[in-house]
Amino acid sequence: MTDPMAEIRASFFIECDELLEAMQDGLQAIDEGSGDGETVNTVFRAVHSIKGGAGAFGLDALVGFAHRFETALDEVRSGRLTADGEVLRLFFTGSDILADLVRDSRDGLETDEARISPVRDALDRLVPAADAPGEADTDALDFQPLTLALDLGLDDGAEQQADTATWSIRFHPTRALFESGNEPLFLFRALRDLGALTVLCHDDEVPPLDAIEDPEAPHAWWAFELSTTEGEAAIRECFDFVEDLCQLEIRPLSEAPVIALPDPEALGAAPDAAPPGTAGREPPPEADPAPPPATATPEAGNPGPAAATPRATVRVDLERIDRLVNLVGEIVINQAMLSQSVEAAGIPPNSPVRAGLEEFLQLTRDIQESVMMIRAQPVKSLFQRMARIVREASATIGKEVRLRTEGENTEVDKTVIERLADPLTHMIRNAVDHGLESGEAREAQGKSRVGTVHLRAFHRSGRIVIEVADDGGGIDREKVLAKAIARGLIEPDSQLSDQEIDNLLFLPGFSTADEVSSLSGRGVGMDVVRNAIQALGGRISITSARGEGTSFSISLPLTLAVLDGMVVRVAGETIVVPLNAILETLALGPQDIRSLGPTTQVVRIRERFLPLFDLGAELGYRAPLDDYTGQIVLLIGQEDGASAAVVVDAIEDQRQVVIKGLHDSYGRVPRIAAATILGDGQIALILDPVDLVARADGRTRQPKPATDPKPLPENTGLTA
Amino acid sequence: MSDPINPQENRADDTVVELLSFLVAGQDYCVDIMSVREIRGGTRATPLPHSPPYMRGVINLRGAVLPIMDLSSRLEIAAAEDAPRSVIIVVSTKGRTMGLMVDAVSDILALPEAELQPPPEMPADSGRGFVSALTIVNDRMIRVLDLDSVLSSIGEQAA
Repeated sequence: MTDPMAEIRASFFIECDELLEAMQDGLQAIDEGSGDGETVNTVFRAVHSIKGGAGAFGLDALVGFAHRFETALDEVRSGRLTADGEVLRLFFTGSDILADLVRDSRDGLETDEARISPVRDALDRLVPAADAPGEADTDALDFQPLTLALDLGLDDGAEQQADTATWSIRFHPTRALFESGNEPLFLFRALRDLGALTVLCHDDEVPPLDAIEDPEAPHAWWAFELSTTEGEAAIRECFDFVEDLCQLEIRPLSEAPVIALPDPEALGAAPDAAPPGTAGREPPPEADPAPPPATATPEAGNPGPAAATPRATVRVDLERIDRLVNLVGEIVINQAMLSQSVEAAGIPPNSPVRAGLEEFLQLTRDIQESVMMIRAQPVKSLFQRMARIVREASATIGKEVRLRTEGENTEVDKTVIERLADPLTHMIRNAVDHGLESGEAREAQGKSRVGTVHLRAFHRSGRIVIEVADDGGGIDREKVLAKAIARGLIEPDSQLSDQEIDNLLFLPGFSTADEVSSLSGRGVGMDVVRNAIQALGGRISITSARGEGTSFSISLPLTLAVLDGMVVRVAGETIVVPLNAILETLALGPQDIRSLGPTTQVVRIRERFLPLFDLGAELGYRAPLDDYTGQIVLLIGQEDGASAAVVVDAIEDQRQVVIKGLHDSYGRVPRIAAATILGDGQIALILDPVDLVARADGRTRQPKPATDPKPLPENTGLTA
Repeated sequence: MSDPINPQENRADDTVVELLSFLVAGQDYCVDIMSVREIRGGTRATPLPHSPPYMRGVINLRGAVLPIMDLSSRLEIAAAEDAPRSVIIVVSTKGRTMGLMVDAVSDILALPEAELQPPPEMPADSGRGFVSALTIVNDRMIRVLDLDSVLSSIGEQAA
């Protein structure tokens, strides 16, 4: 646990994940045609950094592959190769394999060589033979950990703007510079920010290892070429703090390049023949013939936002955050109790105590929101995983599929993201396998041969919505109906609306695929997906148009910890109704209520008739009332826009409540989402409004058989 | 679960088991004291809609949601709507924690394993094997409750 190497190793793998993400982004951008020259560089840099780090930890397989990949990418960078079609597909596969290698290296597993070698060979074929370094693997193994610091500003100096002046800088640090804790790298970075920087480290004075007498004495010195619009003063400013601690020489560069300097070893041995005048920082005594890092950071040549220093971040153990979240939850409960005591003590509303409490309330809410934001993460990582699923799934069944993602920066609680991966994978596979038609069938219908799967994330009224849509054939409702009848899931003479037929897909043990394919149809159906979504407090709905495609929409709470709720009373019990489900509240007048069936009534609201549900009766707390005139109703909104009027006895409060799950201690309670603890220490149940409406029997009059229309799968899903 | 033989029977005969005995609708029951977390006074439980009649609801146990079961109703020896029970024994087994509502806690018994005898097979009660053993203390028959089967189906009808 405390092994420092293990920690460094762990942070390397975390970094790898970020780099892989950046790489995926870049490839995606190229694929969509939105990439520019810098995009290729980003991808290249990511692969390069992974290789560098992997070398430091002796992860040979990873280094070997990354090196091939890097070399191929370099061809694109240099313009000798265009990344499109097959090449791009190869790069995508390469990035998947690189991700696998990273994962396997982290977990200490062997990666299947049979999977890697064809890709590696294909990558090699992209590189003209002359450039292909024969000894690539061994080279790469010599790669030094030092190269991790590659974000150091380097440039091949190829392109320089006309109005910039070029300066030559020589920098000999003295022993005192290091003793006072200065880091030359920071100076170099400061220089890089001024313009295009070329760095050459002169290590020829570094004695062989066994000859070093004073290990702290500096031997290396650096020569820079800086193209900048700034003047000499600005350059000097970079060295402000070390002026006395080094020998510094700054002069304009008009004559021939100063740096026709030693280090012929490194340059000569570099097989990729990087432009002269570049080399790594502090190359180790043994020459480093891997592609010089100089090629890594051309962004300084075209200064732009890409070169901006990234915002500082801190990595925190998730457990600590969760503890914080829990504590804040306790504060919220405590504060509610306090408010209640203050109220009970009869303290007047305009007293300082009340005012202070009010402020406390506001602060608590702010703290809570901030804490929740720590846990929130963009769904991007999830979407990237899905991109891979699409690639692999489409390759397996030989369909051409394009994934379009949207809103990948939408943020949602980390737990939600983690627990969404499996259901979403399943849905994506379904879309590719069942949703989209074969290429021939698409062409026959006049569609593009390449199918499209849309993956979208966005916020809607305090929830996050994730949509998986395909432009395939849509749901064949006749087939679905026939299959449901054949499997005895519904009665043969059932009359179902289109919506109800679509919802049959969520029934356990339902699969529309005619044959079981290797991708899906293995008995894991949409019911599993729905259960997973519901366990997260989410809903899933489905829309489909024949010939145009199918769209699944998942709506999820942003956080699993707190909820804005309306505290209501019904039949002597306190119930919390999630605020985002309530469209409006109103009191019923005698004219508003109309009888519908023998036991059901509807409410007329602005020329619409909504079913009337009595919350007390639906929860089994009491029998339906005789007369609902004057009662308060909550208009409940649904995912599909439909709504219902739910009768309660009184509205008590509107407040934030901390969600306490019932699943662990008791199990799922129908119509109830969770529980919470109120200010008086009592537990109140949190209503699941959608579930309530779906399961409601609508009885609001003399008991006779209910005739309320209900969505069928919700009913059969009683044990879900 | 409904196997009437208590796994504790497998212990050596000289092992002493400690049991917490309590009254449920006038009958003596007991549970292994190791499964008892705490004993607390009865409080009003928040009822869970559409739950079995023996589920009294949930209470707040220091910030946790604790389901409360009316033991007399669960054991089908009295109706749930009887006089309010006064004591909650918080028990925990196999990672589940539950409050059992009983009339009164009586005693802590230390008995040798040998004094526990399996209950006779009673076909009329088959499928409801909530008693895993019987013993006699002070001339009263005490039933050793099989917590696993008492708690088994809780929440599963909806889970």
